[in-house]
Amino acid sequence: METPALAAKNIVKYFSDPVTVKVLNDVSFSVNRGEFVSVIGKSGCGKSTLLYILSTMDTEYQGELYIDGENMKLKDHSQLADVRNEKIGFVFQFHYLLNEFSVLKNVMLPALKLARLSHEEIEFKAMEKLKLLGIENEARKKANQLSGGQKQRVAIARALINDPLIIMGDEPTGNLDKKNSDIVFDIFKQLASEMKQTLLIVTHDQEFANKTDRIIEMEDGAIIRQ
Amino acid sequence: MKFALIFDIARSLMLARFRQTLIAAIGVTFSITMFIALLGFMNGLNSLLDGLILNRTPHIRLYNEIKPNEKQPLLLSEEFRNSYPFIHSIKPSGGRIEIHNALAIMAELKKDNRILGVSPKIVSQVFFNSGSVDITGVINGVDIDQETRLYAFNDYVIDGKSSDLKLVPNSIILGKAAAQTMMLNIGDLVQVTTPTGERMQLKIVAFFQSGLQELDKTQSYASISTTQKLMGKSNNYISEIQIKLHDMNKAPALAKQFAEIFNVQATDIQTANSQFETGSSVRSIISYAVGITLLIVAGFGIYNILNMMIYEKLDTIAILKATGFSGKDVNRIFITIALTIGIFGAVFGLLLGYLSSYGIDQIPFETEALPTIKTYPVAYNISFYVIGGVFALVTTYLAGFFPARKAGRVDPVVIIRGK
Ligand SMILES: Nc1ncnc2c1ncn2[C@@H]1O[C@H](COP(=O)(O)OP(=O)(O)OP(=O)(O)O)[C@@H](O)[C@H]1O
Ligand SMILES: [Mg+2]
Repeated sequence: METPALAAKNIVKYFSDPVTVKVLNDVSFSVNRGEFVSVIGKSGCGKSTLLYILSTMDTEYQGELYIDGENMKLKDHSQLADVRNEKIGFVFQFHYLLNEFSVLKNVMLPALKLARLSHEEIEFKAMEKLKLLGIENEARKKANQLSGGQKQRVAIARALINDPLIIMGDEPTGNLDKKNSDIVFDIFKQLASEMKQTLLIVTHDQEFANKTDRIIEMEDGAIIRQ
Repeated sequence: MKFALIFDIARSLMLARFRQTLIAAIGVTFSITMFIALLGFMNGLNSLLDGLILNRTPHIRLYNEIKPNEKQPLLLSEEFRNSYPFIHSIKPSGGRIEIHNALAIMAELKKDNRILGVSPKIVSQVFFNSGSVDITGVINGVDIDQETRLYAFNDYVIDGKSSDLKLVPNSIILGKAAAQTMMLNIGDLVQVTTPTGERMQLKIVAFFQSGLQELDKTQSYASISTTQKLMGKSNNYISEIQIKLHDMNKAPALAKQFAEIFNVQATDIQTANSQFETGSSVRSIISYAVGITLLIVAGFGIYNILNMMIYEKLDTIAILKATGFSGKDVNRIFITIALTIGIFGAVFGLLLGYLSSYGIDQIPFETEALPTIKTYPVAYNISFYVIGGVFALVTTYLAGFFPARKAGRVDPVVIIRGK
């Protein structure tokens, strides 16, 4: 059997400020390569918290996390940074761009960090991703000159730039209209089926979720259905 | 990870906060400028003052001192061999103040490669008689060529030519102040009387002005042979041998050595002029202290600005980390910012420091006492520039170190969740 792209085993997360609360309670699941999975659940049930752990940014949890078969608990901070750079594309709940840079540069940065391609190749590839999301005309603008929806699409383009193993999104279509939301869905679908990339997308949009391969439903920090 | 990318990101962050960055760099520039100008000026002043005395002073003087004989007759007596004598009222004996075998000693010293030059000297008290006035003074019999070569004698000759001392028989160079008192001019004759009563008319060929009134009133120079003639001594009479070394710091050790070898008294410049050394080093310490204080203040400026920048750029740092930049990368970005500010500040500071040194160098500064000085003295020592540059980089690095470390430790989750 193929190693799953991502596997979570008995993940428990506490917040201790101001009082100790268990936000994630024994979360276990795995996602195979090329699978398009959505995560749904009520606001405050721990979806974002889970995603931060899965994306290796949050290291304070109990349980185990395997990405591409590797145990993330065994890696130090800079190795985790490399994993994020190479294997994970993340789209935040509130699109996060670097205002000091142009739209194009924002998309290019993770690839420049990875340094596998030349500058020209990276620029070309970044333009491709922007075209894919229909915002190639904004490439030269500063990031803060875009609308909310445009920013979100730039953030998606940036998540795709290194052709990551897994793309995680925390409501990546939250700011998009129906038409653009459909476009993004189609792109995701295509990445999963053609590029064998794995998608783990948190959404409030039931219709969006229904079209994915699998739905993981959470309640009070635990998975109730998958 | 490639430095080009780090630098690119650092540059973008700096451009986004251009004005603060500029102000930080100006702080460094200002302090380096002051550092260079201050040190240059202080050291210029130091070498001027040192030059006033030290450059004209031999590093080692060999001479015979009039003092009681160490071997008193009593000690030679068999009878008192085993006793400890107390002798009262000993008087100096054998008033021979010339150096025995001086010419041979000089010939020997000239072969020593630690020595830059050796010159003979005869010193005698004299009276100058002009009309009915008698002035006490000192005549120095010197080898004028050596004196010029080793002790910059010509710097202080303000009228006439010192080389005439060799060419004109029975000639003398008088201090300007003494000449003024006696109302004498170049070409005039002055009568010189030695303590033993010998007299001679000497022709004035030049005036000197050393800047030290005391010397200008009493000292005079004549050739060795003229002085020997004046004193009625033979031509191997030399009362002092002056030595200038390549390295002044070796003077104390060599003085001891020569004293033993040649059986004479020897004084080194450090012992003779210790107060000048102290003055110079105190002035240097003050200027370094002020310069370094300025740099530290500039360092705090950079520290503040970087801290502020990091606070403003928390989002940027979080996103860089989320997309795969490690804490080390982020740390390097901010160190790069600090060092860029340091390098730009230092380069302009060194440049402006040089220009302001040059400016000070142009300001007229004329004083009776210092005939060779026309403008304020400034030292252009490459080591000030090196120290200033290195210290600027070290300070900015340290100023960047803690903010950069803080930036490297920013937890992206806290920032991203906080939105
Ligand atoms: N830093 C924190 N300290 C304490 N509690 C926290 C902290 N961050 C989140 N929580 C709590 O953890 C729970 C899960 O939060 P999380 O952001 O994961 O919810 P979510 O499922 O993403 O909700 P939403 O759909 O609104 O984004 C919430 O009850 C929240 O109050
Ligand atoms: Mg959330």
